[in-house]
Amino acid sequence: MAQKVAITGNEAVALAMKQINPDVVAAYPITPQTEIVQIFSTYVNNGLIDTEFVTVESEHSAMSATVGAASAGARAMTATSANGLALMWEIVYIAASNRLPIVMPVVNRALSGPINIHCDHSDAMGARDSGWIQLWSENTQEAYDNMIQAVRLAENPNVQLPVMVCMDGFIISHAMENAEVLPDEVVREFIGDYTPQKTLLDKENPVTAGPLAFTDSYFEFKRAQAEAMIQAKPYVLEVAREYAKVSGREYGLFETYKLEDAEVGIVVLGSTAGTAKNVVDKLRGQGFKAGLLKPRVFRPFPAEELATALGHLKALAVMDRADSFNAFSGPLFAEITAAMYDSGAQTKIVNYIYGLGGRDVGLGDIEKVYGHLARIAESGKVDQRLNYLGVRE
Amino acid sequence: MAVKELLDRYTRMEKLPHIWCPGCGHGIILGSVLRAIQRQNLEPDKTTIVSGIGCSSRAPGYMKFDTLHTTHGRALAFATGVKLARPELNVIVLSGDGDCAAIGGNHLIHAARRNINLTTVVFNNSIYGMTSGQYSPLTPHKRFATTAPYGNVDHPFDLCQLVIAAGATYVARGTAYHTQMLIDLIAKGIERKGFSFIEVVTQCPTYYGRKNKLGSAIDMLNWQKEHGVPVKAAAKLPPEKMEGKFVIGELHCTQRPEYVEEYQRIIDRMERE
Repeated sequence: MAQKVAITGNEAVALAMKQINPDVVAAYPITPQTEIVQIFSTYVNNGLIDTEFVTVESEHSAMSATVGAASAGARAMTATSANGLALMWEIVYIAASNRLPIVMPVVNRALSGPINIHCDHSDAMGARDSGWIQLWSENTQEAYDNMIQAVRLAENPNVQLPVMVCMDGFIISHAMENAEVLPDEVVREFIGDYTPQKTLLDKENPVTAGPLAFTDSYFEFKRAQAEAMIQAKPYVLEVAREYAKVSGREYGLFETYKLEDAEVGIVVLGSTAGTAKNVVDKLRGQGFKAGLLKPRVFRPFPAEELATALGHLKALAVMDRADSFNAFSGPLFAEITAAMYDSGAQTKIVNYIYGLGGRDVGLGDIEKVYGHLARIAESGKVDQRLNYLGVRE
Repeated sequence: MAVKELLDRYTRMEKLPHIWCPGCGHGIILGSVLRAIQRQNLEPDKTTIVSGIGCSSRAPGYMKFDTLHTTHGRALAFATGVKLARPELNVIVLSGDGDCAAIGGNHLIHAARRNINLTTVVFNNSIYGMTSGQYSPLTPHKRFATTAPYGNVDHPFDLCQLVIAAGATYVARGTAYHTQMLIDLIAKGIERKGFSFIEVVTQCPTYYGRKNKLGSAIDMLNWQKEHGVPVKAAAKLPPEKMEGKFVIGELHCTQRPEYVEEYQRIIDRMERE
């Protein structure tokens, strides 16, 4: 029987890792992720699971050890945040290009500087071109569910890509919510045993991992990697369908909220989507046709599906909790507008950068965005494309 | 100098009180660093404090100097850049055992090897305090940490011996208890040209102390008093009497060409040629 529990995001992810019982977890502490591996280490300590828990001297080593373990055929995991992810950078790319099905929770935190420990998405957004699948979570429940689905997805022989499970630092990681957790045996059966296609421990069929590939072959490797990401999309949905059967909870590439008949809408990732749904309800009560779309899968980027879901809107605000500092827009805006352009949609689109370094986003802030969209819908003109929400200027 | 004068001159009073836990020894070390700076009469405008990440690295936030709070483990790398660009500055690096010996260990040995004119003070509380008590490369063998529930399987570095071997020209060890000695050691480290390294054994009652049932901060300070043996006394003791104890004081003081000066010599020579 599934069980309803009061649990923080970090506790839920640690619990999911316990139920997954990976062969190897390599860890280095960093706020706000530390709790995940800390709680997980107590499961190892108490003999509840048989994971090899490796404490290392930096995140670069954490990802290196995870890549080593995965190359040897192990189900391997680590977890990180912000500067930790940045220090892993070199190996993050190697994990993807070596097609290692590693699952890594990323507890989203602002990347320095100035140094800050609170939530924004600059860490994972920075890694958006590293070749990892990215699943984003709105709350504790989704973080837990994404973790379990991530294992199946990563290890699917047709996918073979690492997966980041993103959740907002402190807002999700440290806040307690109700969530439904599955029995251990259901999780175990759902993820199944992992049989790697190639391992370094197969003496009969020796392989080399990570050799040089120069002008004669590098491009082919990268093309194959690109194809793997293109092919991953249907498997995201297949795993979600299978997961719905055991959990009763349905997941897609994204979630829409009162979007179908909406005239204006916003796209927002992570916990702020929860706040924004409340605003949608309030505005709907006033007869204002507001809607919302919350991406779940940012990599692979579901361009056609997003454009289809958003194309009927008169005005759209894409909210980015990270800035690209490109004098144009945040990362989510750039990709969504590219997708919309291709589809021929006439929607007017603006970008809002919000919540950097944990700056709180309240109902009133989101209402302001919808107010702006109402003006754009009425005039049919975008007055200002790039906007910053809730900052002193 | 009265405490108030010292604080007014060298600290950002608006940032106090500090955020370290009750009983933490880091405030004592910070006070000792400030007194050593005062004794050496360093001009605040000619002095830069560099730190990495961790409890120790909070110290420069309270210090009224140009300070540089860098990334985890990299304080020495940043400081090397500062010193090469502005050799006239007094550059002091404040780091911790996790910051300096684990993630930043590589930078430490190479700074020592180059004998670059920096003064490094390592706040050694035997644990990663900021992230709640994981063992570090200086956690003693068999001691407990949140990541060592059965006792630490690793053996710690003797960080002073490590940097001596790597080429540091002034190496000392003090404690948070022996504050007068600590001020002397840091002051001499500042005065000496070359890579000066001072390890300070300090207490973390919140994590290391609690995990290892070491009692209160006062108990831990008393432990430092009873187990830190000055160099001269240690030399007279038979090895069995030194069991479980550690040597404090000046451990190594020698001369070798200093890196920034050597570098300048090359520049001068090339300009002449």
